[in-house]
Amino acid sequence: MASGIRDKVAILGMGCSRFGERWDVDADGLMLEAFNEAAADAGVTASQLQAAWLGVCLEENNVGKTAGPLANALRLPRIAATRVENACATGTEALRGAAYAVAAGAYDIVLAMGVEKLKDTGYGGLPVRTRGVANDLWLPNSTAPGAFAQLASAYAAKHRVNAGDLKRAMAHVSVKSHANAALNPKAHLRNAITEDDVLKAATIAAPLGLYDCCGVSDGAACAILTTPEIARALHPDREVVTIKALELSVSNGEEQSFSGPAGWDGASIQTAREAGARAYASAGITDPRRQIQMAEVHDCFSITEAVLMEDLGFSAEGRVIHDVLDGVFDRGGALPVQPDGGLKCFGHPIGASGLRMVYEIWLQVHGRAGQRQLPRVDLGLTHNLGGHPHQNVCAVAIVGRQGA
Amino acid sequence: MTTPTPGPSGPIDDAAHGLLATTRYLPRLRMERSAVLAQHQWMAPGLRGLAKGRRSMASWDEDSVTMAVEAGRQLLQALPGCTPAALTLASTTLPFADRLNAAIVAAAVGLPDAAATRDLASSPRAALGELAAALRRPAPHVQMLLAAERRIARPASAQEMIQGDGAAGALVGHGPVLATHLASATRHADFVDHFREAGHDHDYGWEERWVRDEGYMKLALGTLRQCLAEAGAAAADVAHFVMPAPLAKVNDAVAKKLGIAPAAVVPAGHETAGDLGGAQPLALLDVALRAAAPGALILVAAFGSGCDALLLRRTDRPCPGGEPDAGKPETSYLKYLSFTGQIELEWGMRAEMDNKTALTAAWREHGRMARFEGGRCSACGTVQFPRTGVCVNPACRAQGTQQVLSLADMPACVLSHTSDFLAYTPHPPFQFGHVDFEGGGRVLMEFADTDAGELAVGLPLRMVYRVKEFDRLRGFRRYFWKATPVRGAVGDQ
Repeated sequence: MASGIRDKVAILGMGCSRFGERWDVDADGLMLEAFNEAAADAGVTASQLQAAWLGVCLEENNVGKTAGPLANALRLPRIAATRVENACATGTEALRGAAYAVAAGAYDIVLAMGVEKLKDTGYGGLPVRTRGVANDLWLPNSTAPGAFAQLASAYAAKHRVNAGDLKRAMAHVSVKSHANAALNPKAHLRNAITEDDVLKAATIAAPLGLYDCCGVSDGAACAILTTPEIARALHPDREVVTIKALELSVSNGEEQSFSGPAGWDGASIQTAREAGARAYASAGITDPRRQIQMAEVHDCFSITEAVLMEDLGFSAEGRVIHDVLDGVFDRGGALPVQPDGGLKCFGHPIGASGLRMVYEIWLQVHGRAGQRQLPRVDLGLTHNLGGHPHQNVCAVAIVGRQGA
Repeated sequence: MTTPTPGPSGPIDDAAHGLLATTRYLPRLRMERSAVLAQHQWMAPGLRGLAKGRRSMASWDEDSVTMAVEAGRQLLQALPGCTPAALTLASTTLPFADRLNAAIVAAAVGLPDAAATRDLASSPRAALGELAAALRRPAPHVQMLLAAERRIARPASAQEMIQGDGAAGALVGHGPVLATHLASATRHADFVDHFREAGHDHDYGWEERWVRDEGYMKLALGTLRQCLAEAGAAAADVAHFVMPAPLAKVNDAVAKKLGIAPAAVVPAGHETAGDLGGAQPLALLDVALRAAAPGALILVAAFGSGCDALLLRRTDRPCPGGEPDAGKPETSYLKYLSFTGQIELEWGMRAEMDNKTALTAAWREHGRMARFEGGRCSACGTVQFPRTGVCVNPACRAQGTQQVLSLADMPACVLSHTSDFLAYTPHPPFQFGHVDFEGGGRVLMEFADTDAGELAVGLPLRMVYRVKEFDRLRGFRRYFWKATPVRGAVGDQ
């Protein structure tokens, strides 16, 4: 009988590069920047790592197709290293591989690294694919904002809410993330903005404007994992932070093909509901809005963050507009979301994002989040989404103090 | 050549042979000629005389194949239950020189695999000659004849003003006919009033007055006289006279010389659509049939490298199907130039995607692409697209139960939508969304001919067959279905 992963794996140290348009640094440099911080934090060196996972999503021709680039960048001692990719949930996929290896008892100390070097592609947003085969015969060659903008129209229709009210709530989501990122020295976008800025910005994919869309960045983030026993032995004065849940849900085509009353409503992320429910069960959480002190969700677009609040049980169905406008998810609210600025402002180097989210929980639990430190964090949630609302992979992790 | 003539308003004989249905299709966009003139009057002020009304303008994703498909679908809707055994596609602007264009059309309109398919090219009179031949030699089965044209005239040419894009079609066979064949005549002549070299867009033409005097007033006149003579009909008895001509008043002069009443000359539709080239004879025939009283004689001619003439007698059957609506005025001449590939605009990196088509995959998914074929599960009735091995219904999951079901003619509505200004499309914004079909089925698809602000959750949709992508590197294009808002009555474009 499977016993899950709760409290079987501890974080020994984490690192995160500065995210942004890192014109002068390549992927190797970004990985080294993140790793050096994590190694110092963990008190280990590369020679102590027994296995490694590298998450890279889009730029496999730049960073590399295998885990070789990671082994090269860090001069790993010819240990097992695996490259993983699961769209924008790639970072969490690297964490999953590493965590389960420790939980299985196969290794004592492992590395999960995520990196993306997007700013060598020449695109303002995510680059377009170069080619395709079967799906291109019929699927629209859409963009990410276009795919996620669909949520807004369906949400407004389903809950009979005014499109203007929804747009204002979306604006508040972005204003909040900018305010948080302004306090984060590693964030890509650190400027404060107003609701008016959001509402007046150029339309990208209606109703999403420029400020409803996250940054596209270069960056790397990593975690060094071990067992709770080793973590305590190496750092007896430090609180042990463990993984409570690490769940993944993958669309099976129902959302995009199965219509009718039993089908998807177009206004939610089904996989987030699945992965969230499993993660809460794994972590023993019954009332997420009260039992979790912070969340880093996949806010690729403001509307994504908004519907996720309902999918993850932070808001009642149809109530997110009110909760957002009431400030529930602001840094000073009842359940701060994206205290580090999120994808929106910390940035979105795809392969690194899932690990960057965990990095913020790690800092917050240890009281190392500087100006944006929250009062007390025992449990935090990360939600990492790859693909589009109708067809995606969705990872939910819950991380916190051992015993919490 | 003469065939027996039924009485002008005798009883409908279902064994009669003749025209069963006709139709014409115009793209939704109608270019304001005043907007064209505004761009050219600095160097071609003489275009002012032609700059009245609007010309039909294919959208970026329409070509002679897609317009023919729409005409063919209209014919089948006009005559439900009819299954043509042959399809002939006539056009001087077929997208492929070697790939049977008629076979693309036949698959999209859903003709059986055994239907005989043929492309006709090279002359604006090809379709009328084909129609006359089909009427002269009754076949046991129904024949579908389609003509479509999307010519690209050189900027500031008279042709740019005169021509329009569109399609027309006819069904010929035994049954409740709209008109019967009385006589037809043909004449070939290498009279080069205009020409277009293979592989080129633009026509080159000779002086219009010479075309009128030596071409229409002699070659066409002779062919028309011969046609009337073979039927033993008097020109004065012709109630509707149809003949595409580039110069205004040519038809009037020909009619006058023949002895056809001036009122019988069917207007060429210059102000609403323009000259549809190879589709114009059938399009004007459609106009004439709808206006004709039972028993009326209709004389149709098509000129080009000779002439074809056809004399028909109208029955008292009402014409099935609708007519094109007024379309949507377009005032951006630059958009027209871009749609016709005559100006290179900066589309950015997102336009660089390599749209190479894997022809293996295209053939494997042929039914999916051509007929919008999804599946209906024989175990639970769930409709899905695409068809897959395992039923999409979570309560079913039966394997191998998908029966072919085309979504092409299924009503649908919007589940969600956006207008995307980031994605590349030749006509921004890129509008797409989830579409739910009546009776089940959901597809993420592109919207065509949709106005800004028009999309709304629940908006009723119908499907149209369009160019999905161009592979400009290799000269290929692939087609698929798109959703367009249902606007107004039948025949609305």
